[in-house]
Amino acid sequence: MKRTYIIRAWALSVALLLTVAILICATLILQPKYVSASPEGSLTEEYYASVKETNHDVLFIGDCEVYESFVPAILWQEYGISSYVRGGAQQLVWHSYYMLEDALRYETPKTVVFNVLALKYGEPQKEAYNRLALDGMAWSKTKLDAIHASKTDEESLASYIWPLLRYHSRWKELTSEDFRYAFADKPTVSHSGYLMQTDIVPYEYQEGQKPRPLADYTLPQTAMDYLDRMRSLCEEKGIELILIKAPTDSIFYHWYDEWDEQITAYAEKHRLSYYNFIPLADEIGIDMTTDTYDAGVHLNVYGAEKMTRYFGKILTENHSAPDRRGDTALAAVWDARLAAYEAEKTAAAHP
Amino acid sequence: MNEIIDILTELHDDVDFTTETGLVENGILNSLDIVAIISEIDDRFDVQIPAEEILPENFDSAEALWALVQRLDEA
Amino acid sequence: MSFTSAAFILFAVLTLLIYYTVPKRGQWIVLLISSFLFYLSAGGWYLPFILVTILSTWLCALGIRRRDRLDEDYLAAHKADMTKEERKAFKNNAKKKKRPYLVGGLVFNFAILGVLKYTGFVLSGVNDLLAIFGSKGVTVPSLILPLGISYYIFRSTAYLIDVYWGKTEAEGNIAKYALFISFFPAVLQGPISRHKDLAPQFFTPHNAEWSNLSEGGLRVLWGFFKKVVIADTAMIAVKAIVASPDTMTGMYVLLLIILYSAVIYGDFTGGIDVTIGLARMMGLRLAENFDHPFASRSTQEYWNRWHITMGSYFTDYVFNPLSISAPMKKLSKWSKDKLGRGVGMRLPVYLATLITWFLTGLWHGASWNFIVWGLLNGAVILISRELSPLYAKFHKKFPSLKDRAAYGGFCAVRTFFLMGTIRILDCYRDVPVTFMAFGSVFYDFASWGDLAGGKLLQSLGLELWQCIAIALGTLVVFLVSHRSKTRPVLTEISERPWLFACSCAVLILVILIFGCYGIGFDAGDFIYQTQF
Repeated sequence: MKRTYIIRAWALSVALLLTVAILICATLILQPKYVSASPEGSLTEEYYASVKETNHDVLFIGDCEVYESFVPAILWQEYGISSYVRGGAQQLVWHSYYMLEDALRYETPKTVVFNVLALKYGEPQKEAYNRLALDGMAWSKTKLDAIHASKTDEESLASYIWPLLRYHSRWKELTSEDFRYAFADKPTVSHSGYLMQTDIVPYEYQEGQKPRPLADYTLPQTAMDYLDRMRSLCEEKGIELILIKAPTDSIFYHWYDEWDEQITAYAEKHRLSYYNFIPLADEIGIDMTTDTYDAGVHLNVYGAEKMTRYFGKILTENHSAPDRRGDTALAAVWDARLAAYEAEKTAAAHP
Repeated sequence: MNEIIDILTELHDDVDFTTETGLVENGILNSLDIVAIISEIDDRFDVQIPAEEILPENFDSAEALWALVQRLDEA
Repeated sequence: MSFTSAAFILFAVLTLLIYYTVPKRGQWIVLLISSFLFYLSAGGWYLPFILVTILSTWLCALGIRRRDRLDEDYLAAHKADMTKEERKAFKNNAKKKKRPYLVGGLVFNFAILGVLKYTGFVLSGVNDLLAIFGSKGVTVPSLILPLGISYYIFRSTAYLIDVYWGKTEAEGNIAKYALFISFFPAVLQGPISRHKDLAPQFFTPHNAEWSNLSEGGLRVLWGFFKKVVIADTAMIAVKAIVASPDTMTGMYVLLLIILYSAVIYGDFTGGIDVTIGLARMMGLRLAENFDHPFASRSTQEYWNRWHITMGSYFTDYVFNPLSISAPMKKLSKWSKDKLGRGVGMRLPVYLATLITWFLTGLWHGASWNFIVWGLLNGAVILISRELSPLYAKFHKKFPSLKDRAAYGGFCAVRTFFLMGTIRILDCYRDVPVTFMAFGSVFYDFASWGDLAGGKLLQSLGLELWQCIAIALGTLVVFLVSHRSKTRPVLTEISERPWLFACSCAVLILVILIFGCYGIGFDAGDFIYQTQF
């Protein structure tokens, strides 16, 4: 009798261990690595390594328009500002809010810069963008809240806790990268949250092209509510919140005047600085024949550097962003980051 | 008892109903036969077999059927 | 909570843990609470409906019990002074006196089912009729359909009839009765267990026994495998074919017959495996609902082996009472006199068969598809019965054939295709489309050309590995089912610790990695659940 129990216990434990081991391996292999394909998915998690090394005085929060427009390495080089970009692909306002809340668990910056384009969305647009934004977030109550706030009806919390439930059928798309990085560290894809694009695909205006008129220009209440939450969170922590609109303004991602009026009014009401860079593009020096990699939707590295230089001046002069170049320990870290940035830029320019 | 066997034999003349004990189980009687048997028993014995007694064990042999009729007649 | 959701698995595990930790006499209360939580999770508005059914059938059954006791006491006291005729008359009278409780309970509950489930269907039928005469018609209200209503109404009415017939004891404790009706693994899709078989099991103490936990657990995994790996994957192709009845014709319809059989088998038997396995883990034995149905050699046999508890409900409570009812007896006498003995014998039974199948179809769903589906099943059964003398003659001529395995196989394949063909009425949007699609099998031979090259997979929306998963999965299910005829394979496996542990591990891995669930696929609730 006793022998039967022992055999059962053995059989079950061995099978259980094997199953768990295989499932862990399968999970590690099957979840997307976000290195060559959709690197945007790596942006969220890369923040944690950076904040371990240095604190940031300026935090950029927002969608693709922040991680393609602002280069922290240049902000350091030119102004000695320590900054980070917490942006993601079509990062919606609630993603941004929780991205901020998450960052505040590690540090309290002096300034938070939020790009307002995403305020046009009051609803989740695509399940995949939730994964890109949230897969890499460290586990905390903030992440749970973020999942609840953003998940579409078809998604389940379980699939975030255990990504295999989401990616189990991905094995037919596996590449060597998935095996390489299943058990080893992944390379960093961004430079302090800036994702480098070196291509040049000029913007060509075609006669008669006009942005599509909308039925309702009111920015959705859900989005504005999260902006309110972001604002009060900053107030609570004594952080200055700056609203910006990146200088790109294509036909398909048009920033309507009606929206701009609402944001201007909001900023006035709450005594926030709001910079709309679209009308300032010429002053910044952006040339849409050379400074965009996708025909005017986003800036490439050349445009982003111009934008960064221009905004760094504003940060220093109007918002007293501190110059930390005197701090040798910090400078060592940042100089290394700058060197890595320059190296990638050079390598891309002279392949 | 003999009358029961008569009723059954009228339906299937190729079965030995004195020995067969799996009339329903072996698929000898189908629902058509059962309804016919019930109506014959009503006519000959003035015993009404209710729906709740339509069970394989009551129809599996002539003997079981006879026992059922007696039980229902006893009241 | 769908059976294949993480929430349900967590819920079931928690229930099991609590079930085996509370004192034994409280076990049924744990199940009752779980069942109501499960039911509530589907929507609070459903709850009043199931409660009304529970309360009404419970009260009616108690009414019957009270009358039974009064009459039994009277009979016991006066039996000696009564003649046989008096006793018979008394018993008949007693039956009459308790009948209002039965009829009241049945009419009330079937009225609920009828109104909620069929109002829309009937009204849109009326509207179609009115439209012929140019009238505008009435608005069709959208009524809520409580979860599992078709099943719990059946379970409770069967109980009421059984109490009336004296086949089971009326339950005095309404909470205990509520558990019998709402037991969560079975509330959505059966099996429709009988009160006298299931109810007593709830109230006996259950220890956590290895044999129950292992065999039940394995069966749950087996059910998930059939549902998630076979049915849900094949459902992708079924949806693709059904979505374009104009272009995916001929060969595709034949493919649909096979694939939809796989879907319905994996989905329904898999769901029942989860139900029975989970109950087994609690030490409860539910009625089996399937007995290797696709090995059946005839339609009649198929219906004795597929959805058994529903079939026996219709046989016991509809077909039997109907075929020996007074009007049927009259009809039989009349037709025997006027039309001859052969017709007279058949007429009531055939009529009862068709009515039963009409109702079976209607129960499956409020649409003409299901009514036609039911009637076709009835018709096939009657036709094959009429042909049986011919079969007998044939077998007399070729006596060696009947026992040959090949002949048995032929019969099984024939029955499979016959049932599969009728079943595609489930899929298409209406009856004419179904018939047109099926007709194309006989003239659209060009579609067979798609078999060559990669066109087939593309139009089915499947990837090669998914086809392999369906094929291999089906093969495994076939082999297990075939071997289980002598002794259930799952029992055999769960008796050998190492084999059991490995089987569980393999099943879990295959389900999780090759299963069709989550985003990108339409995981689909168990089909039977979503319909009801």
